[in-house]
Amino acid sequence: MIEQIDLTMVSWARATFALTAMYHWIFVPLTLGLSFICAFFESIYVKTGDESWKKLTRFWMTLFGINFAIGVATGIILEFEFGTNWSNYSWMVGDIFGVPLAIEGLLAFFLEATFFAVMFFGWNRVSKKAHLFSTWMVAIGSNLSAVWILVANGWMQNPVGMKFNPDLARFEMVDFWAILSSPVAISHFVHVTSAAFLYASLFVVAVSSWFLLKKRHLKFAKRSLTVACTFGLFASLFVAFTGDEHAYHTANVQPMKLAAMEGLYDGEAPAGLVAAGLLNFSKQPGDDQDSFIFEVKIPMVLSLLANRDINSFVPGINDLVYGNTAENIMGVEEKMVRGKLAVTGLGNYKAAKKSGDQLAAGKALTLFEENSDYLGYGYLDYAEQAVPYVPLIFYSFRVMVGLGTFFILLFLVYLYLLYKDQLEKQALLLKLGVSSFLLGLVAHEAGWIVTEVGRQPWAIQDLLPVTIARSNLDAGTVQVTFFMFLLLFTALLIAELKIMAKQISIGPEGD
Amino acid sequence: MFGSLDYSTLQQLWWFITTLVGSLFVFMTFVQGGQTLLSTLSLTEDEKVLVTNSLGRKWELTFTCLVMFGGALFAAFPLFYATSFGGAYWVWILILFTFIIQAVSYEYRRKPDNFLGKGVYDAFLFINGSVGILLIGAAVGTFFTGSNFILNDYNLVFWQHPLRGLEAAFSFFNLSFGLFLVFLARTLGALYLANNLGHETLVAKLKNSSFNNLLCALPFLLFILLRLVMMDGYAVNPADGTVVMEANKYLHNLLQMPLNLILLLVGLVLVVLGVVLNRFTAAVCGIWLSGPGTVFTCLAIFFLAGYNNTAFYPSKIDLNSSLTIYSASSSHYTLVIMTYVALLVPVVLGYVSWAWRQMDSKKLTLEELNADKKSY
Repeated sequence: MIEQIDLTMVSWARATFALTAMYHWIFVPLTLGLSFICAFFESIYVKTGDESWKKLTRFWMTLFGINFAIGVATGIILEFEFGTNWSNYSWMVGDIFGVPLAIEGLLAFFLEATFFAVMFFGWNRVSKKAHLFSTWMVAIGSNLSAVWILVANGWMQNPVGMKFNPDLARFEMVDFWAILSSPVAISHFVHVTSAAFLYASLFVVAVSSWFLLKKRHLKFAKRSLTVACTFGLFASLFVAFTGDEHAYHTANVQPMKLAAMEGLYDGEAPAGLVAAGLLNFSKQPGDDQDSFIFEVKIPMVLSLLANRDINSFVPGINDLVYGNTAENIMGVEEKMVRGKLAVTGLGNYKAAKKSGDQLAAGKALTLFEENSDYLGYGYLDYAEQAVPYVPLIFYSFRVMVGLGTFFILLFLVYLYLLYKDQLEKQALLLKLGVSSFLLGLVAHEAGWIVTEVGRQPWAIQDLLPVTIARSNLDAGTVQVTFFMFLLLFTALLIAELKIMAKQISIGPEGD
Repeated sequence: MFGSLDYSTLQQLWWFITTLVGSLFVFMTFVQGGQTLLSTLSLTEDEKVLVTNSLGRKWELTFTCLVMFGGALFAAFPLFYATSFGGAYWVWILILFTFIIQAVSYEYRRKPDNFLGKGVYDAFLFINGSVGILLIGAAVGTFFTGSNFILNDYNLVFWQHPLRGLEAAFSFFNLSFGLFLVFLARTLGALYLANNLGHETLVAKLKNSSFNNLLCALPFLLFILLRLVMMDGYAVNPADGTVVMEANKYLHNLLQMPLNLILLLVGLVLVVLGVVLNRFTAAVCGIWLSGPGTVFTCLAIFFLAGYNNTAFYPSKIDLNSSLTIYSASSSHYTLVIMTYVALLVPVVLGYVSWAWRQMDSKKLTLEELNADKKSY
């Protein structure tokens, strides 16, 4: 399909997407969660009529606004980057992938954009209830946007509801409902949004803890903490629950990702979960080195998490790459053979159609259709290419899970001390609270690394490798764009942090 | 319900829906136009505060229209999305760049400790309103002048010009298109602000400005129209889908689609009427004539490019790589799904107008802004 693949360009295009997505994700989960937190605060204000809750709402809303602006700025590039840097992808799956993006615009972005202005500037222009309604609409709008983009992302992880059209050389949607109700997409959405609520709660914890440490706005800070820690506790428990569900689906549809998350090279039945371990970095698929220098394993837990059966077999990287006949697993090597038949069939079909040879076209189409499930593998050069970079995924996964567990404890301790009215005396804990927001960010980015690096080399799991999904650009062009965005986003991030810090130090109006 | 519609009807319907979003975006570029007025009209500091706060309540809607336009193109015409964005790379990257810097500017420009300083954020707003709109105009101009791409057998794009899309801005027609949009945006910006602000001297300035900017836009508009009726166009043979050059194709389109001609004329008259009304009477409601006029005009131009067997995204170096609304569209199934989703458009328009009315029913005044510490 593409005669010369420029890996350097692909690497830069991936780096650019990673850069823009990771910058975007500093701000987005805060928007998702803080919008609800603001809506909670304002609901209390409208219910009680207590003006101090209004001040509190307006304070958090100011911080929300500062964050929202940069979230929008970093977001627009993501939508269009599919076209600019991944134009083959955009053509080959646009029939499916474009739909959730368009729906996101119509159902979510308009809601956010319209009611954002009312929420910020409508305090004296609309009634109290209309204002509250607008604040809720902003929260619902932002989270609806997450639904659609995560449906889109979920489809990339587990492509369903489509078929390949050989005449146009693209995938086409045949079942919208299958895409929308894909368990992978749903578990992905609930996991990510609940993690966003957790993140926003940590933001409130961090800012309020800083006020307590500085002995400023004490009543304000404690009120904020009560709401945020309650929200955060529920969110963090839900994150753990949905994380388990998400890992279960990953085990089913992306076994290679799960194997990489566990550093599991040779499949086991029953398989244990590595609670902690030191990876052997020189380990490669197919060699006889140990995967770990040191490991602590909990027996049978991985089997339970992956298959809901403590004795079940969990395939390792070697099983997936080289195949395992005993467990009926087709290896990448065999899939590549079939994938190349699909590629040949497709090429022959196109050529026969062009020359008007119907008989040859029919034969070629049959060859293609028999092997089309493995199309993506036909573009790999060697089987080990199907293995993502294990250490990054293994450690990112542990960082995410470890921090997630820590946050549950943090919210519990905060709520207990708030209840006992002892919190402001705990300087060390408050300092930990202040830094917890940064830890939340680390957990989020680590989660995305597991999700996205873990599915390499695929843009669309099993069907479209990133090397084919790219645009036909030279590496230098993408490199220039990468540094343009790096510079701009870093400058905007510094601006955002400085403005945010200043507004926090100013504190709530008239308090 | 929509599943029984035939494929070509759906493709035509989606060209209408997508270009309607695009046309609404052009109307909403009154925000960008207003941004350029900030530094080119001699305004006092108070007046600048009024202008930014008025525009600052609408910029997200403009932004969303742009994102929606992109999303609709992606979903309904993915081959255009892939070809244009992946091919005319630099023109789109630069356009996006100007919107990225706009998105933070309202919120950050007057906040203490904003790192870059107010002047830089104001420059961001100006760049977005000038360079951003100019390049969008140049990109739309290529719907008529064509681009430099080839599609291979797998419909993958290979751009053949080293400037990757920026070459569009070196065509006098495309440049005129861009400059027309810049001055139109400024005209609309002045009209919108005159309608929205409660400040006598500023409103008087704005009323003049809308007229002056329309005068600046007119030569470009006349040139575009003249060229359009005279130029050769990219015609599609409906029998086999091949593309050929046809003399006066766009003139033929106008004559063969009389409703479109009427739409164009009504649109242009409304744009002019709105400005004249604002300039020569005490009225400030010109935006509500020129705004819809802009939408009608843009729709007519998009229809000219896409309907009546015309290639809307032509390749001037390989005619048969040119995109038509039929070759570039999504599958029948996807268009049907999207049509169901589009049933929600009236709901969206409904709540947007509700919120707009709520927010704009009273004129924005300095007193209100000075009382609100959170104003921009």
